[in-house]
Amino acid sequence: MSNSKQQLADALQAALGDRLDLVTLACNEVTLETSPENLLEVAARLRDDEAFRFQQLVDLCGVDYSQFGRDEWLTDEASRGGFSRGVDGGVSSGRLQFGDELDSLATRGRRFAAVYHLLSYANNQRLRLRVHATDDDFPVIPTVTGIWKSADWYEREAFDLFGILFSDHPDLRRILTDYGFVGHPFRKDFPLIGHVEMRYDPERERVVYEPVSIEPRVLVPRVKREDNRYLAEQPEVSDEAQSDA
Amino acid sequence: MPEIKNYTLNFGPQHPAAHGVLRLVLEMDGEVIERADPHIGLLHRGTEKLAESKPYNQTIGYMDRLDYVSMMCNEHGYVMAIEKLLGIDIPERARYIRVMFDEITRILNHLMWIGTHALDVGAMTMFLYAFREREDLMDMYEAVSGARMHATYYRPGGVARDLPERMPQYQESRWRSKKDADRLNENRQGSLLDFAEDFSNRFPGYVDEYETLLTDNRIWKQRTVGIGVVSEERAYQLGFTGPMLRGSGVEWDIRKKQPYEVYDRVDFDIPVGSNGDCYDRYLVRVEEMRQSNRIIRQCIEWLRANPGLVLTDNHKVAPPRREELKADMEGLIHHFKLFTEGYTLPEGEVYTAVEHPKGEFGVYLVSDGANKPYRVKVRAPGFAHLSSMNEMAQGHMLADVVAIIGTQDIVFGEIDR
Repeated sequence: MSNSKQQLADALQAALGDRLDLVTLACNEVTLETSPENLLEVAARLRDDEAFRFQQLVDLCGVDYSQFGRDEWLTDEASRGGFSRGVDGGVSSGRLQFGDELDSLATRGRRFAAVYHLLSYANNQRLRLRVHATDDDFPVIPTVTGIWKSADWYEREAFDLFGILFSDHPDLRRILTDYGFVGHPFRKDFPLIGHVEMRYDPERERVVYEPVSIEPRVLVPRVKREDNRYLAEQPEVSDEAQSDA
Repeated sequence: MPEIKNYTLNFGPQHPAAHGVLRLVLEMDGEVIERADPHIGLLHRGTEKLAESKPYNQTIGYMDRLDYVSMMCNEHGYVMAIEKLLGIDIPERARYIRVMFDEITRILNHLMWIGTHALDVGAMTMFLYAFREREDLMDMYEAVSGARMHATYYRPGGVARDLPERMPQYQESRWRSKKDADRLNENRQGSLLDFAEDFSNRFPGYVDEYETLLTDNRIWKQRTVGIGVVSEERAYQLGFTGPMLRGSGVEWDIRKKQPYEVYDRVDFDIPVGSNGDCYDRYLVRVEEMRQSNRIIRQCIEWLRANPGLVLTDNHKVAPPRREELKADMEGLIHHFKLFTEGYTLPEGEVYTAVEHPKGEFGVYLVSDGANKPYRVKVRAPGFAHLSSMNEMAQGHMLADVVAIIGTQDIVFGEIDR
């Protein structure tokens, strides 16, 4: 099975190598990375090239990589502080209070990415394509709605939740959040509890928005462990999950 | 005489035929749809964001609440993603239990669909019939997990516990006479497997009943034949999966093409439609119920013959048995670590897809090596299906919109997430 994935990765490297930034095979899944400038050309080739025929865009989602790899609790030495160190300290979107800013972002320049999952019915293959937007403050990625129609709502969703702009999208509106919503809730610096809460005000006889009054509460800190199991070897993927039919 | 212009009609969000909270803004020319613009997100709860702030196992319960009529299939997609990234193997018996409950869930979902779809289109009886059978299936859920709907039964490494040896019984009460209780308990005397077998014996007869009511029904055919036709090429483009894709004539089922668990060891067929209209999708789903029943019977047979572990004994991922905690120090430590901190996943990303009753349910999991996911994206089949509403409804009458919502099998828990 991993053989056919390796073949796919090699074929992609051969056909599109100069347009791709990265081709990897991990967990029995092939991942491509390309830049926004090359996206449309790569996508069109992936759909139309006889060897690939990725007819369907199964999924498209945004990812905010700004906090990637950050944890809230150092585990390399023992101390008397114990578990409470993790509970009190640390920053993550789950702990932000009203008005808090998440200041230091781990990565600059490659914060937002759109991840495309493609499926080829003709060849029974799956593929992941990742595109990093170049500007963190104004992330723009060209739309693929012209290549796969199903991208329409997925791109609206990624715009709504992450603020990634898809240039030339026919109808880039918010989709999941409320009418008149401010901000992009799935960004890592957007607090889990949100910014505002809503209630009906009987005096003014309308719905009013107020700053959130609830307290953030995270019971389990984000912990990374030097787990020997993963250091020794990369996990062997069972063939049950993805095998040729 | 005044000139009749296009006008805009608001449908929902609280409309009984909207299957939840769908708001449709319809541009009409007389009674014909010019443009349909679904407004979704009224049930958006931010499940994926919540998952980022919790250890992996605490999110399983949220998965039930995505598509709240096919609960265990959602869990399946999620736990499979974790297992794939961890690279762990699960016991054989757990695989069969999962397949059996996936198929029970598929019937559960299709019964909900056929009941509400028919009710929307005007057939009241179907709803009552379908909910009669759902009762038995939810009893199976309850027997195995304690909850009729939101089971939280699948775990990374297997399932939470083995199938019970005894079905729960109805009790005599002020509202239920002894005679009634005894009648209800008649097929609950044995184990869960006996009860499931009894159900699988009865079920093909029930499906025949549904077909008598609908398949050749003149009104049903008038409302569904030729409505919402989608060609094979458009089905790919629109992101259709599952019965929606098969209704358009594509022979594709993840259970066959990229088999997971033990689907390569059970015998079943994939029904495929030919015209891509609502009627074909109806036929596909009805046949799927029969095929699911077949799979359930095969699983029952295997599960009877092969007792064993149902949860992996790798205690880094799954807790040890309760008895072990009392005597074994290691067991106690494992238990404590698992329920305070959880387990960490290696850095990486995976996408796993299961054949959910509605289509392809995928989970894209990004881990940065912590005990909580960095990003979880749930690929809900209904989201792609609903996005095609404009294309499917154009040129149809207002009443056909209801038939199209029905055939898309819309559930807002998964679309809004």
